[in-house]
Amino acid sequence: MCLSIPAKIISVEGETAKASVGGAIIKVGLHMVDDVKAGDYVLVHTGFALQKISDREAQETLKLIKELDDINKL
Amino acid sequence: MKYIDEFRDSALVRELSEKIRQLSAKRITLMEVCGGHTMAIQKFGIPSLLPENINLLSGPGCPVCVTDIKFIDRAVALSRLKNTIIVTYGDLIRVPGSSSSLDREKASGADIRIVYSTLDALNIAAGNSNRKVVFLGIGFETTTPSSAIAILEASKKNIDNFFVCSAHKVMPPAMGALIDEGIKIDGYIGPGHVSTVAGAKMYDSLAEKYKLSVVISGFEPVDILQSVYMLVKQLENESPRIEIQYKRAVTYEGNIKAQQIIDEVFEPRNDWWRGLGMLELSGMGIKKKYESFDAEKQIAVDVEPPVEPKGCICGDILKGLKKPTDCKLFRKVCTPAYPVGTCMVSNEGTCQAYFNYGT
Amino acid sequence: MGKTILLGHGSGGKLTGDLIKNTFLKHFDNPVLRELTDSATIRIKDKLIAFTTDSYVVDPIFFPGGDIGKLAICGTVNDLAVSGAEPLFISTAFIIEEGFPAEELEKIIRSMKDEAREAGVIIVTGDTKVVSKGQCDRIFINTSGIGYLDRKYESISTGRNIKRGDKIIINGNIGDHGIAVMGARENLKFETEILSDCASLNHLIKAVLNSGAEVKFMRDITRGGLATVVSEIVDNSKYGISIDEKTLPVRESVRGMCEIFGYDPLFIANEGKVLLIVSEESSQKALKAMSRHEHGKDAVIIGEITSDNPGKAVLHSIIGGSRIIDKLTGEMLPRIC
Repeated sequence: MCLSIPAKIISVEGETAKASVGGAIIKVGLHMVDDVKAGDYVLVHTGFALQKISDREAQETLKLIKELDDINKL
Repeated sequence: MKYIDEFRDSALVRELSEKIRQLSAKRITLMEVCGGHTMAIQKFGIPSLLPENINLLSGPGCPVCVTDIKFIDRAVALSRLKNTIIVTYGDLIRVPGSSSSLDREKASGADIRIVYSTLDALNIAAGNSNRKVVFLGIGFETTTPSSAIAILEASKKNIDNFFVCSAHKVMPPAMGALIDEGIKIDGYIGPGHVSTVAGAKMYDSLAEKYKLSVVISGFEPVDILQSVYMLVKQLENESPRIEIQYKRAVTYEGNIKAQQIIDEVFEPRNDWWRGLGMLELSGMGIKKKYESFDAEKQIAVDVEPPVEPKGCICGDILKGLKKPTDCKLFRKVCTPAYPVGTCMVSNEGTCQAYFNYGT
Repeated sequence: MGKTILLGHGSGGKLTGDLIKNTFLKHFDNPVLRELTDSATIRIKDKLIAFTTDSYVVDPIFFPGGDIGKLAICGTVNDLAVSGAEPLFISTAFIIEEGFPAEELEKIIRSMKDEAREAGVIIVTGDTKVVSKGQCDRIFINTSGIGYLDRKYESISTGRNIKRGDKIIINGNIGDHGIAVMGARENLKFETEILSDCASLNHLIKAVLNSGAEVKFMRDITRGGLATVVSEIVDNSKYGISIDEKTLPVRESVRGMCEIFGYDPLFIANEGKVLLIVSEESSQKALKAMSRHEHGKDAVIIGEITSDNPGKAVLHSIIGGSRIIDKLTGEMLPRIC
């Protein structure tokens, strides 16, 4: 369950923000997340931001997969 | 698109597929318990990328599919009341009840509206103060906060014609019930967005009771394959534990704020699941504090006695005991255009996924 | 078929097909209708005439990139053009709800005039009815059209010359219209710069036909989307269709909206897109002719006719798997799951 999509915050106005998914702009409720600012990426589900996406972790995940060869050898 | 395209990279997919193949030849059964995963697995053709020894089962992860037929019957009955607007997510509109469905009621003139967000439902209530607006709340931990926020906003803004009819559920009791029934599952592909809200800690009591292999997974093909890899590794090393693959969104603690929002408005209660029966503390009911927004308590309505569709084996399919191809009705009588049971109606139902994506 | 007609029966997908076959065709049956092509091909003396009709009930009536009037002309012009015919004359019939603003009617009519001029067709006859408030949703428009069909293009509407290896071409981005219209609706409002792609394609199609490319079949991709079109082409056929997902042109913002609402761009309505099946040898010629035209500059080959999987349209996904493309069932609804 849970169609949620990564969206980029464009602007914040109190408890709502405008976010972009590939250039399509939607309104997002920020009731569940704190300290959101323009440029952040959030997961959006039914019009609400569920969580901020950690870029560091995303890159780590991709790196881990690319290094599978090395991990297997350990 | 960022955080989507990179996780659909075909080179990484091929690599993971190869690594899984090399890792183990053991016969393994993995189950996903999230409609989003059911859909993604079929849509991206994941089974064709895995070796024969790995069997993927689809579990009770589609909230539409596991929802009691009585809930649809209640929604149908409510839609027939004068001055009542039913507001729902698109997923519910075609689900067959005992004698009707929301789209059939709409065709007969009921005011039934589809929204993307609960705040839109609230706006409808604000704009129609002389009518009752009932929002049908379905979904697991990911979606429950949306209903809670709508109720909190309604309370703040004194919108007294807004109601929620809750069929919200939580996932862990269902996972436990499957194991109790003896369904052979070597590992779970954990629901990524449910876990984003509730945190990896939500599996602690399950992990304590049973020795569970769970890898909490994202929804892109790279995520799912990496999760399968991690599960197979756990099984090879005989080290069952709760792991997070979807680290860019999921943490052990989860989203505390969202959890507090749920806690403020909802409380656990026993609930009935299609296929699994009554599970203790598996559903979410509206707390007394907010009972003025509880459709079940505030709006009296006669609901017809439930009649399950004949021949439908959705219950067994939801437990992973049978596959859609085992069902006598599949494709012959029950199709997405003319669905008999919920597994075929829902975009994330196992039967529809099998039908559409030609597995 | 159930006891009542549902919205799904009008969505252009499987239920619509069933309704047509089980009710309309059953009673109206005749050799011309049986072909169930976009336009009917009728013989008058020794000339071939293409004849089509369509009704427009779009909501909202004004949307980014167009309005119901423009649609009413494009849609009918395109139905004629994809049969290989030259669209000539249009009729228009209006059903207007009591209380409809005259200014909006004027706007719609002007839109139709402009589009007719653009397409090079003449509106020669019409009808107007006004019904009491509540008896129709603001305004409904029906347009019918006739065009002259040159004998050499007669096989295009049935596609009977299709063979293995033929290429499938579309003229640009899919999904724009459906998303643009959805964005203008109340309950699902969002800000977007997506415009409907509605356009008359007869000049584009003429350019392809005149280039000498061997066009075997054409269909405009409307309700039900690309998926419904390709699935219908191979229904009961000894051929199959293979589509390469990598080549499918979808605007980023449309893809974004699809991800948000759980839509598949393959099923979304278009109003300015045509699918052509051309011989392998002449596919480059066709592409070249299209690329020089305003509505064809993003033309691309998206797949081909195969003898694998007869009767089925298969999509080869970007990550290497494959799946079957079926028709749209019911309506496209935004979902949470």
